[in-house]
Amino acid sequence: MIGSAVPRKEDAALLTGRGTFVDDIHRPGLLHMVYVHSGEAHALITQIDTEAARALPGVVGVWTARDFAELPARPSVPGLERGYLAGDKVHYVGEPVAVVVATDRYLAADAARAVRVEYEPLPVMATVADALAPDAVPIFAPLESNLALEQQVTPHDVADELDASPHRLRARLVNQRCAGAPLEPYGVLADWTGAGPTIWATVQAPHRVRAEIAERFGLARHLVRVIAPDVGGAFGVKSSFMPELFLAPELSRRLGRPVKFVETRGEHMVHTYHGRDQIQEVEVGFDDEGTILALDVTLTVNTGGVPDPVGIALATLTSYMLGGCYRIPKIAARFRSVVTNTTPTASYRGAGRPEASFLIERVVDLVARRLGKDPADVRRVNLVQPGEMPYQTPFEGIVYDEADYPAALDLLLDRLDYAGLREEQERRRADPGAKLLGVGLSTFVEMGGFGPTPLFEQFGYIGGWESANVRLQPDGSAIILVGTAPHGQGHQTALAQIAADELGVPFEAISVLYGDTAVVQEGIGTMGSRGMPVAGNAVRQAAADVAAKARLIAAHMLEAEGDDLVRVEAGFQVKGVPTAEVSLAAVAERSFKPHLLPAGTGLGLECTSYYEPSNLSYPSGAHGCVVEIDRETGHVHVLRYVCVDDCGTVINPMTARGQIHGGVAQGIAQALYEKVSFDADGRPLNASLEDYMLPGMLDLPGYETHHIETKSSFNPLGAKGLGEAGATAAPQAVVNAIVDALAHLGVRDVEMPCTPERVWKAMHHAS
Amino acid sequence: MRVEIVRVEITVNGQPHSREVEPRLLLVHFLRDTLSLTGTHVGCDTSSCGACTVMLDGVAVKSCTVLAAQADGCSVTTVEGLGGPDGLSPVQEGFRQCHGLQCGFCTPGMVMAATALLTERPDPSEQEIRDGLKGNMCRCTGYQMIVESVQWAAANGGAR
Ligand code: FES
Ligand code: FES
Repeated sequence: MIGSAVPRKEDAALLTGRGTFVDDIHRPGLLHMVYVHSGEAHALITQIDTEAARALPGVVGVWTARDFAELPARPSVPGLERGYLAGDKVHYVGEPVAVVVATDRYLAADAARAVRVEYEPLPVMATVADALAPDAVPIFAPLESNLALEQQVTPHDVADELDASPHRLRARLVNQRCAGAPLEPYGVLADWTGAGPTIWATVQAPHRVRAEIAERFGLARHLVRVIAPDVGGAFGVKSSFMPELFLAPELSRRLGRPVKFVETRGEHMVHTYHGRDQIQEVEVGFDDEGTILALDVTLTVNTGGVPDPVGIALATLTSYMLGGCYRIPKIAARFRSVVTNTTPTASYRGAGRPEASFLIERVVDLVARRLGKDPADVRRVNLVQPGEMPYQTPFEGIVYDEADYPAALDLLLDRLDYAGLREEQERRRADPGAKLLGVGLSTFVEMGGFGPTPLFEQFGYIGGWESANVRLQPDGSAIILVGTAPHGQGHQTALAQIAADELGVPFEAISVLYGDTAVVQEGIGTMGSRGMPVAGNAVRQAAADVAAKARLIAAHMLEAEGDDLVRVEAGFQVKGVPTAEVSLAAVAERSFKPHLLPAGTGLGLECTSYYEPSNLSYPSGAHGCVVEIDRETGHVHVLRYVCVDDCGTVINPMTARGQIHGGVAQGIAQALYEKVSFDADGRPLNASLEDYMLPGMLDLPGYETHHIETKSSFNPLGAKGLGEAGATAAPQAVVNAIVDALAHLGVRDVEMPCTPERVWKAMHHAS
Repeated sequence: MRVEIVRVEITVNGQPHSREVEPRLLLVHFLRDTLSLTGTHVGCDTSSCGACTVMLDGVAVKSCTVLAAQADGCSVTTVEGLGGPDGLSPVQEGFRQCHGLQCGFCTPGMVMAATALLTERPDPSEQEIRDGLKGNMCRCTGYQMIVESVQWAAANGGAR
């Protein structure tokens, strides 16, 4: 089954309106919780008047920060503990200030509007520059300045190497702030009955959420049940520990009734954490051929008003991936995370790695431009060769697994008809009536398969492994419990495909369950492209162990040795004796008959396996984008988008294609459309889907997808993951194409999102 | 303070319903909260995303832009009303065959909009599909496989 494009098991329910998303769940006596959000970006709270709100029909109560003073802080940067609601001051527009509970969602919203909050404004620092200005006041206590973290990632600098380089150039690149904007916003339903709560939530790591909730409430973990039901997209933004995860159970406990919180979209745009927002200052040294000799990078991350423990350190991952798929002998990197009066930032599809790939892919193009060389040629001289794999990067512990970067580039150039495009580009440049044509390349590598444990512990997880329990039913069908918590990736399907091959059970006879801490053994979750490379291997291993035990029972039934059996369609057969055959169903049933089993064999066919990856995996590939640009308006139209991806073993080509498409779509959207903006007073300028440019059908192209399959030796399945590859590869493919189209005008860079206005200005103000 | 109430009679998926509701109740909340038909989703508050798309007297509408009171006397079809006991409708099947959904949150609205499109244009071009569904957002698929799903449906039974 591995490698076959079977339709998904998840689809029947989702297509008929019988999915179960958090807001679809009803409990008797259900109450609705709504926040009062700050409309100020930086201000002292002088008074909160809740009286009018309390008097409204259906209102059960209104609470402010001091009502939760007893609850230990939510997961935070040590020393920078954050509460649930703003206390003395607000740090950004959208920060929750009070919480209202009412009998229905309309009445709760009415009451939230009736809460009067009085503020004493403080100076607003909505940008990193303002927050670091000499006269800036510290935003987040107990920090004494807005520089929340400054890290030298490498112990050395590369001043000597840059001095010794025949050429060097500098660039300042901006990777703008984006909103994850899954179509289903954040939601939580908590029902505290008896000794502890059951919590349905749109989360990516239910066991971790259980641990954090249990810790806050001083409960043993078995008393807390967290269920991630169908989750309507997440893209990393549902891995942050939002206050509602704790407030809903706390209020359910106090009120003795179930409490539901579901974000509105407008709220999502200011309340749920954003991603990216990184300024990159780069200097690169290179020789006449374009061989990169040294890279010096300073990253500045806007962490927003309240530092998030993941967000504050994401630039570490950017640093590790700075070399891309190139043999760069020496890299120096440092980063700063800066507090500003904006919504906090944390994980968003790729979380730190797309920023790195963007940086190095833009730099390679700049080097090519400086030398008057073709960007494809400069890539070629720098690419790590397949014979050098596994490749030790300049960063300790960052070792790339097997891949063939040059082959991916060659296949891409061939599929693009690169030479033909270059001719067409010249032809159009010479014809003033023609739109300008540009080709952009992105030979990318990213980091997937998160784990292993020592790395993932740093992000607060108990481990970097994943778990699977495989058990055969007496009729030979199988149920698998897996520790991931997918939100669209299709794990029910892909993991059943893996198990079907190992077990010899038909795909149709396998069910995969996840996302319920009361049902599934300890698990980690879904993020960091870890589904197939980590969970896939856990399933594979557990299934293999079950199959091995089934073989022993079959051998006993056939009065043969285990080694003498071969697998056949229905079950097991004695080698060369077609009549001596037993079905897997018969073996499964026999496994429950103690008196008929070989001596010492335990009952049942079941195994739980925890798979710890030996390392991260490194999905890679080469993407190419062809754009045309209107000379009058600066409007960019993506003519073609071509992907060559190497995610190692492809489990299901159809869902793999879907993951690539979706990631590329988000990457193109970052390049052309999306940016979360604030005015100088820290007021959001596009906090709705009317104003934030989430692309629709007419805004995105078709995608041409191709694969190179280089299996990873880092895990038995050979899979590398691909959930984040498209989002990692695409932004710079598009930007490189735009700059390429305008290169003859002297354009060197266009900042994302490359709106018609920005492109037009670049065309007219270059050189 | 008294909450005002109006009576509405709305036929949903062939079933008549008579309920007392607040005049401000949106049709999408009437379907989801009053009737427990939770297949119709809410993805925004600016009528931008189309997750809430249903058919109102045969026309695709965003049910977050219609008051339940305005739908009084009307007939509504939701995603739960497509297909039948013998399986998925051609549009639903097209989405399954062509992987037109990932998380599935936009899907009910997308399926309703696609069904309405195929009713009007049984054999749409790619551009007509993209035009027809431009009011429906999907954050997961990048749209191409949705286009392919609708093409599959057009070739295999259409808007049934
Ligand atoms: S919920 Fe109706 S358009 Fe978004
Ligand atoms: S499938 Fe997730 S939003 Fe469309």
